[in-house]
Amino acid sequence: MSGGGNGREVMQKPMQHTITVLVENKPGVLARVAGLFARRGFNIESLAVSITDDPTISRMTIVVTGDDSTLQQINKQTSKLIDVIKVIDYSGVPIVERELAMIKVKAEPSRRAEIMQIVDIFRAKIIDISETTFTIEVTGSVAKVDAIERLLSPFGITEVVRTGKIAMARGEITAMSQVNDNA
Amino acid sequence: MKMNGANALIQSLVDHGVEVIFGIPGGVMIPIYDALYDRKDIRNILMRHEQGAAHAADGYARATGKVGVCFATSGPGATNLVTGIATAQMDSIPILAVTGQCRTTVIGKDAFQEADITGITMPITKHNYLIKNPADIPRVIAEALYIARTGRPGPVLVDVPMDMSLAEVDYEPIREVKIRSYSPEVEIDDSAIDKAVELIERSERPVLYVGGGVITSGASQELLALSEKTHILVATTLLGKGAIPETHPHSLGMLGMHGTAYANHAVHNCDLLIAVGARFDDRVTGKLAAFAKKAKVIHIDIDPAEIGKTVPADVAIVGDCKEVLKRLVERVKPRQETDWNKQIMKWRNEYPLVCPTDEDKLLPQCVIAKIWEMTRGEVIVVTDVGQHQMFAALHYKVTKPRHFLSSGGLGTMGFGLPAAIGAQVGCPDKTVVLICGDGGFQMTIQELAPAVEHKLPIKICLINNRYLGMVRQWQELFWNGRYSGVDISVQPDFVKLADAYGAAGFRVEQPSEVEPTFKKAMEINDRPTIIDFVVHREENVFPMIPAGGTIEEMMVNRPK
Repeated sequence: MSGGGNGREVMQKPMQHTITVLVENKPGVLARVAGLFARRGFNIESLAVSITDDPTISRMTIVVTGDDSTLQQINKQTSKLIDVIKVIDYSGVPIVERELAMIKVKAEPSRRAEIMQIVDIFRAKIIDISETTFTIEVTGSVAKVDAIERLLSPFGITEVVRTGKIAMARGEITAMSQVNDNA
Repeated sequence: MKMNGANALIQSLVDHGVEVIFGIPGGVMIPIYDALYDRKDIRNILMRHEQGAAHAADGYARATGKVGVCFATSGPGATNLVTGIATAQMDSIPILAVTGQCRTTVIGKDAFQEADITGITMPITKHNYLIKNPADIPRVIAEALYIARTGRPGPVLVDVPMDMSLAEVDYEPIREVKIRSYSPEVEIDDSAIDKAVELIERSERPVLYVGGGVITSGASQELLALSEKTHILVATTLLGKGAIPETHPHSLGMLGMHGTAYANHAVHNCDLLIAVGARFDDRVTGKLAAFAKKAKVIHIDIDPAEIGKTVPADVAIVGDCKEVLKRLVERVKPRQETDWNKQIMKWRNEYPLVCPTDEDKLLPQCVIAKIWEMTRGEVIVVTDVGQHQMFAALHYKVTKPRHFLSSGGLGTMGFGLPAAIGAQVGCPDKTVVLICGDGGFQMTIQELAPAVEHKLPIKICLINNRYLGMVRQWQELFWNGRYSGVDISVQPDFVKLADAYGAAGFRVEQPSEVEPTFKKAMEINDRPTIIDFVVHREENVFPMIPAGGTIEEMMVNRPK
């Protein structure tokens, strides 16, 4: 609702947004959402999906990049899918966000102490150990996971798996309460 | 009541008012066709290719406003529907496609005639279903019809594995559909209406830009009321033709690439563009940055995703066009004709839409202008896609909604004949005139058979230039006349072909023969008639704004 007639020439800055999509827990729903993103040219940075406390509903947390008008299109086009119950855009809402990663790093006995110190500082955990490697579990914001990955890389990271971000609004607000409000 | 899934499916359709299906059976569809065998309350029009079935359902829906239904078998039958489903999706037409599927026990095993049709049609349907539990059939059919026709309408596909058709179902009619994740009724934001009224009253040079949404929502009366109360003139899109009678002095005809010069000048110079049920398609806007660039925009649409998709709106009103227009009419102050109206009138006189006069050559525009003179908007005109379609859009003045049926968004050649069949089946008391090119006609020509079989008196006006004419026009204008792959002068004798199918056939080569021959066709009521209008080969559609161009580049005549 902004701008005059020539607003369409204004270029906006792409930004990262976290959106939560509540969907019917039915086969093929992920394909519908992913397919929509692909054919409309929306970029997915990360995507995490799982069932909720209501077994008929699944929850997707999607991190996307785009300017405001792209984000609006993402929200509206996603909302249009019949199996989508609700799209919640967390831009401007205080949220807690977490990502979990497992990092396999080379750990010669001579360097183990150093690695364990980093693990400690990040409140990460060593969940597997072999003659030559550690597997480290770390949970935190995306930035924290990025940071430990960066600090471990000099030791020789051999494998990384990250879940993608999950997010929740702070305080009493819940995604489900927003659904009920709009029902 | 106990019955098998196939019977439950047919019973569900009947319970929801479906009277006719356009379809073709196949192995896994036999139970469903068997369920049709004894029924008197629903009939199958046996098409000759599944693409024809989908277009016929589409034509039926466009002409009647009801959901059109088509059937196809698994695998190739289902994939043949794809073009027709995509056509309906692009133009927001409510159709239900029911496809057979191999048994659930072999799905995913590359069984004979297996195709993942729900996967294939995901991007081109409003929604689709694969039945995995026979008990779901009545509910899914009820939901599918509901989703297809409500909100912004569109195609829905239901894929029915053969074992689901055969399984026993305890049938209970579904009376009410409720889908928690789908609520098509939107509450109109009254403050947006107020803002729109304010913009309208403040504007000096407003124009209404009207699309297919007005036809879908049946808002013609409200549109006319708004235009008459405010003296704001109306330009329509291809799909908006008929939203306002084009004989009305407030109609500017079609805008866009092949729009009238005065509609385009009006939109280019307006200070307020009121878009109603239209989506700023590139064939309307040309170069987006230059489109109506002095204008504020009011955008009215039932689909919130259309707002701001291509052009930002100063005022957005999400809602059904009929209700929105009604409220605007109630609140807006009357306004008299202004200098702006006079300016538009000046453009009208300066760049009139003329049909060239030539007594020796049979010109396509003149054939269409003649058909207009002889029918005056009282018939349902169906077109195919190409030059003849644009000539029809320019020279056939549509006076009622649902009386001009054309594939807009997808631009599907081959749409015309089967869509005309659907329209004629849906409106048996109306005259259906198909204006078709010789290229598109040959893409679904096999549908002459069901037209003859069901004694459909469609007047097929073949605008025959022996070219894929629109491509030839572009090659002439923009590709140095290199006519690559467009000459289709090797073609059947369409009069003999009509005879071979059992239709009536005439050939017209002289301008003087147009009227008497069309009259003869109008008197034939028990079979289709093909009139092969052998027109001058290299006519171009003008005016034309080249793709991605601006009004400054508009051609009104062939460049010297």
